[in-house]
Amino acid sequence: MYGRLPIVKMLLVTIALTVVISAVMVPINWNGQGASTAAPKIDHLLNVMIVLSSFVFSLVMVMLFYALWKFKAKPGDESDGEPIHGNTRLEIAWTLIPTIIVLFAGGYSWKVLDDLEHKDPHHLTVSVFSQQYAWSFAYPGKDYAYSQGELHVPVGEQVQFKMHAMDVIHSFWVPEWRIKKDNVPGITTTAIVTPDKVGTYQLVCTELCGFGHATMRAKVVVEPKSKFEKWVEGLDQELPEPYMDVLKEGSVTNAPDLGAGGA
Amino acid sequence: MVDAIKRPGWWRGLLGAIAFGAFGFGLVIVLRKISGLDPYQTEQTGYPHVIVPAITAPLGFLAGFGCFDYWLRWAAGMPTIPDDHSQHGAKSWKDYFKFNTDHKVIGVQYVVTTFIFFFIGGMMAMLIRAELAQPGTQIVEASTYNSLFSTHAVLMIFVFVIPVFAGLANYVLPLMIGAPDMAFPRLNALSFWMLPLAGILFIGSFLCPGGAFDAGWTGYAPLSTGAPLGQSFFNLGVQFAGASSIATALNFLVTIITMRAPGMTFWRMPLLVWANLSTSLLVVAATPFIAGVQFMVLFDRALHTNFFDFAAGGDVISYQHIFWFYSHPAVYIMMLPGFGIVSEVISTHARKPIFGYRLMALALIGIVVLSYSVWAHHMFVAGMFSWLRVPMMLTTLLIAVPTGIKIFSWLGTLYFGKIHTYSTAMLFALAFIVTFTIGGISGVMLGMVPIDIHVSDTYFIVAHIHFVLFGGSVFTIFAGVYHWFPKMTGRMYDEKLGRVHFWGTLIGTWGTFIPMHWVGMDGMPRRVADYAEQFGNWNLLISCFAFMLGAIQLVFVYNMIVSWRFGPKADGNPWRANSIEWQVSSPPPIFNFDEIPRVVGGPYEYGIPGAKHAIMAGEGAEVPAGEKSVVGSSS
Repeated sequence: MYGRLPIVKMLLVTIALTVVISAVMVPINWNGQGASTAAPKIDHLLNVMIVLSSFVFSLVMVMLFYALWKFKAKPGDESDGEPIHGNTRLEIAWTLIPTIIVLFAGGYSWKVLDDLEHKDPHHLTVSVFSQQYAWSFAYPGKDYAYSQGELHVPVGEQVQFKMHAMDVIHSFWVPEWRIKKDNVPGITTTAIVTPDKVGTYQLVCTELCGFGHATMRAKVVVEPKSKFEKWVEGLDQELPEPYMDVLKEGSVTNAPDLGAGGA
Repeated sequence: MVDAIKRPGWWRGLLGAIAFGAFGFGLVIVLRKISGLDPYQTEQTGYPHVIVPAITAPLGFLAGFGCFDYWLRWAAGMPTIPDDHSQHGAKSWKDYFKFNTDHKVIGVQYVVTTFIFFFIGGMMAMLIRAELAQPGTQIVEASTYNSLFSTHAVLMIFVFVIPVFAGLANYVLPLMIGAPDMAFPRLNALSFWMLPLAGILFIGSFLCPGGAFDAGWTGYAPLSTGAPLGQSFFNLGVQFAGASSIATALNFLVTIITMRAPGMTFWRMPLLVWANLSTSLLVVAATPFIAGVQFMVLFDRALHTNFFDFAAGGDVISYQHIFWFYSHPAVYIMMLPGFGIVSEVISTHARKPIFGYRLMALALIGIVVLSYSVWAHHMFVAGMFSWLRVPMMLTTLLIAVPTGIKIFSWLGTLYFGKIHTYSTAMLFALAFIVTFTIGGISGVMLGMVPIDIHVSDTYFIVAHIHFVLFGGSVFTIFAGVYHWFPKMTGRMYDEKLGRVHFWGTLIGTWGTFIPMHWVGMDGMPRRVADYAEQFGNWNLLISCFAFMLGAIQLVFVYNMIVSWRFGPKADGNPWRANSIEWQVSSPPPIFNFDEIPRVVGGPYEYGIPGAKHAIMAGEGAEVPAGEKSVVGSSS
């Protein structure tokens, strides 16, 4: 009616652009080295999203720049454009197609999430304690083996971290594991990780917790099971009493001191 | 002098602030003395002798300044002073520093004040980037750094982005719907004057022992409940900014619903009006939540209530639920008015009706409804009930649909139009589409739980919020300021300088915020003054672009100030736009219209021979010749 748009050509350019952007972006390892079974799953989901996003971005760019090139007013042209108020079919299309895309993305994410949090009956439980500005860890055993500032875990075995914050909220993140969980005072939170690469990593606090937040780090060592067991045996520090109370009482909420002020 | 103190104004305001402040201070001291307590309680979170005056002094200022005069006389049964319109309109620059009930004066007051806070917040951003240019700590120590980014965010959100939109809409919205003013002009003035008080409380917290509030703009408990005195100033500042915002939203709602010119049906309202209607619906229902939760924190701090004290049975995570129940809708409060601005600018400069106008309006309403059901996507790793994550993820992803509708409809508007890019406003509107698309894409990624688990609380988040709030909201704010500058000042700005500002801002935004995505995914957490060596080079690059982005804003300031004073005179309708505000002189007459216009068609009827949006006073009902014949000749 108002002249035809080269829709096929525009789509081809969009696809070509999508291919180019994806070809550049997908091979890049954005999240850095991966060292847990979660890493390839999350990285793969990210790559799927990069391809989908490249398509959406390319489509918007092609639509925008074609319009700017084709319909730019000539200098001195004071006339108006065509009085087109809309196109119902087009409007339904750009409501329905994005709905399908995001629902697909949501469904896929859900599946990956379930996969990440699958609980293995054979797992190691490690208690994590965080307080301004230090991390400590307790391993199950006779009297809990206790380690300050250094976390060791065996490779290839699922670890469930039971996390307790003693003062304010902290967050447990090992970038190579791709897993993060807040430590919240008063409740126990859980993170599930299966480390699959031997190495030394860093545990980073990612929830603002005060002036020492940036330096609240701990060393993470992933090692073969035999070495790990030897390391745990060698731990000789006793679990400090407040931490023991938390483990015994379940959470800080049940701590006996409910005195006035509470602070 | 005595006379000056009797009349409402700065002297009486100052006196009110001192008197009310002294009363609050005295009350605390006396009551504590009577109770046998130490009159000065200076524990970390205490300081009642500071907190109470920090509440009463601003109220005393407002009372003294004259914000309540009319209502108080009426409430007390005294004869009210008949309004002689001496507080309406500005005859000289001095009138902008007074209590004024004219929506146009208030609009200018809002925009100028909020931009001052924008530049103060921007200076803080420069300090932050200076510190982050290298690993290690060089410029500021960690706790000052925490104060800086907290105050930066709070100034930008609460006293820049949210109120600057209220200011722009204050100016143009009543004109657009053919109303002589807002529905409640005195309430409107009160809303404005609460705003600088909020800003002063935020910035004033730097004077507190222990420094300014440093628990982030999110102020998560229990970090905030145990923080030094500055945190209380944040709790209180939010009350003033929030009250201002709620009152303005009510004002917009009543104005839009009841004061539209005859013939302006809902489906004839410009999209800016739709956008502010939607925003106001969000503000009135959501803002009380942040006001409430900040009071809860203040009570925990000052009165030893136990809302968030885990040791006494408080629930730490409930803070985040209440906070985000406001603060997620708040991101749409900071974006929907911008959508409205972009619709006006693009339609005008593409000389085309908005593509799919009704769907555009419905998309706004869709966003309003959905935005109340997505808040917990900020809490995927917070340790909340795990089953809440999947439904929140799905609603979060679905909100991309109405947002996508808007993007595609703006693009559709460009097709078969006559696109003019001479105006800086149009450049910002077009660039907004690009940057906001990227911000939207990273938003969808963040909405997906597995990806969020990895990048939550990293620089990826910082990149995302700045892409949507700077590349999104601030770009639309610039578009709006440039677009209505001729209307507000009666002068044209310099398009050449506008272009320099535009390109500098665009390059600066991309250069600053794109690499932040990368360092975030690669492992750099947010809110840190110090970081691992491996991120050094990228951060240096980010800082360089940030300084360039900061410096280029000076071109904007220069352009605005000099053009306002010396720019060439603007005529009523320099962009040849259809909506009503352009059919009156620039600046508009003091009471907007001699006669209320009659609306006879849609707001974007470009390209339709003889079509009109509104018939102004003095125009016949017939299709006027003159101006519209140009339109007719196009087809």
